[in-house]
Amino acid sequence: MELPVVRDVRFFLAHTPGLVRHGYKPTLDVARDQALWSKAQAYLRPYADAVAYAPHQVLLGNRTPDSLTDLPQPWYNHPYSNSSRRGPHGELMSEEELYGLLRASDGFDFIWLEDGFAAEAQGLLERHPLVSRKDLQQIVGVPFSRIEEKLADGTGALPLTLRDGRVIGLIRRRLQDDSSLAADILLENLAAKATATAALRAVLEGSGTNPEGVQYVIGSGEEAVGDRYNRGGGNLAKAIAEAAGCVDATGCDVKSFCCAPVHAMIIAGSLIASGVYESVAVVGGGSLAKLGMKFRGHLAKEMPILEDVLVGFAILMGRDDGRSPVLRLDSIGRHTVGVGSAQQQIMEALVSKPLDQVGLHFRDMGKYATEMHNPDITETVGTGNVPLTNYRVIAALAAQRGEIASTAEARDRFVAEHGMPGFSPTQGHVASAIPYLGHALDSLRTREYQHAMFLAKGSLFLGRMTQLSDGVSFILEANPGQA
Amino acid sequence: MNLKGKHVIIVGEREGIPGPAIEACMRSAGAEPVLVQTQCFV
Repeated sequence: MELPVVRDVRFFLAHTPGLVRHGYKPTLDVARDQALWSKAQAYLRPYADAVAYAPHQVLLGNRTPDSLTDLPQPWYNHPYSNSSRRGPHGELMSEEELYGLLRASDGFDFIWLEDGFAAEAQGLLERHPLVSRKDLQQIVGVPFSRIEEKLADGTGALPLTLRDGRVIGLIRRRLQDDSSLAADILLENLAAKATATAALRAVLEGSGTNPEGVQYVIGSGEEAVGDRYNRGGGNLAKAIAEAAGCVDATGCDVKSFCCAPVHAMIIAGSLIASGVYESVAVVGGGSLAKLGMKFRGHLAKEMPILEDVLVGFAILMGRDDGRSPVLRLDSIGRHTVGVGSAQQQIMEALVSKPLDQVGLHFRDMGKYATEMHNPDITETVGTGNVPLTNYRVIAALAAQRGEIASTAEARDRFVAEHGMPGFSPTQGHVASAIPYLGHALDSLRTREYQHAMFLAKGSLFLGRMTQLSDGVSFILEANPGQA
Repeated sequence: MNLKGKHVIIVGEREGIPGPAIEACMRSAGAEPVLVQTQCFV
């Protein structure tokens, strides 16, 4: 059996304050109260603030998750002076550039950009290492008068705006009456495609991998791609593979709400171990629907609307190279149907059982990567500190098994040592365990620790087909062949 | 509180106590759940 390893990962962040208006919650609320958006606009962050935001710098790899422990909250009041739009784990792009990428990702002329803005976006992207000549040629403009006419003709086109409210283009729906190809759905899907493509190009470039060398791409985003007869038909993965130049790849999408990426990594590892494929990429695009999800709470607190970034990611996995961390296929934790819904049983299935399977203990994991949602976003609006809640349950399980003392101090120490503050944008599937992957690869390569556990949960019940949630986990191990 | 015979509406939360876990408690106390939902706030 081949040993499956995780070779590299990249995150692609796009700061999109103008697109916050098209998140599901802002769309709903502004339709009821038009004045709300004028108020909200005053709380949209400029690009420089998004770059200097410490949690984003953690995701880009320019600072560690643990460095947030000593930073007083709210973190948006403490911009990071050494910030950069690029880091070892990824990049954070501006909304002007992202609109250019959206146009370049659109092969069906759904997005129209105004002439002047198209030229501006083209100019901004001209020297970007991941943008091709073909992409630039795709970024063509139309006269503003055509955009005004289209927005007024009642065919369901949506305006595309910048943070300051300036209309720079539109997205139109498919001509026929098909709710699965309405403008808002197409915008969601194009946003996912563009951000995942940028991440895939970045991980290929960063790891020195030829796109032709990837044989399979697994999509793990939450968007439903299809038309009226096959809503959710899927395989956005193949569109992303095509856009990234992976001509020898096919692919498929794996769906399981927020825990799909961890499922996808396990499937990728299994395909590599079995010898079916040598090189597999796991990708996920940004979730446009979740932009501004808690904007009412942020407005009530007179704080910036922090849900203003799209995040795509790409993970490159392959056969053992003697260096990269190993995904232990004998360590898979599963929230099976029979596990039920109680928190303790779920965490036993995802954490205790896998540790038993491989004969390791709670403290053998250098870090646990769980729901990594940024508490700046959630605590301020009363939805709690999600990672901390998860770490406390893991610490309680460790205490119950006698692996740490059952005192509050011992549990808190375990949480501080083996957990970390949340730093991920609330981008659904992106936030579940995956944000820590770049840091875990770094720490496992330098042997700062030998093991890290990744556990993710998915809210299946939201689709109203079951009351169940889902969950899955694995252990990542330093490569045994590494010096 | 005597819940025997009471109709209850249950709204749980994934990271806290999910709906089915509350439902099991309610049924054991003799209540009759008429709606069980779980929400996810992230």
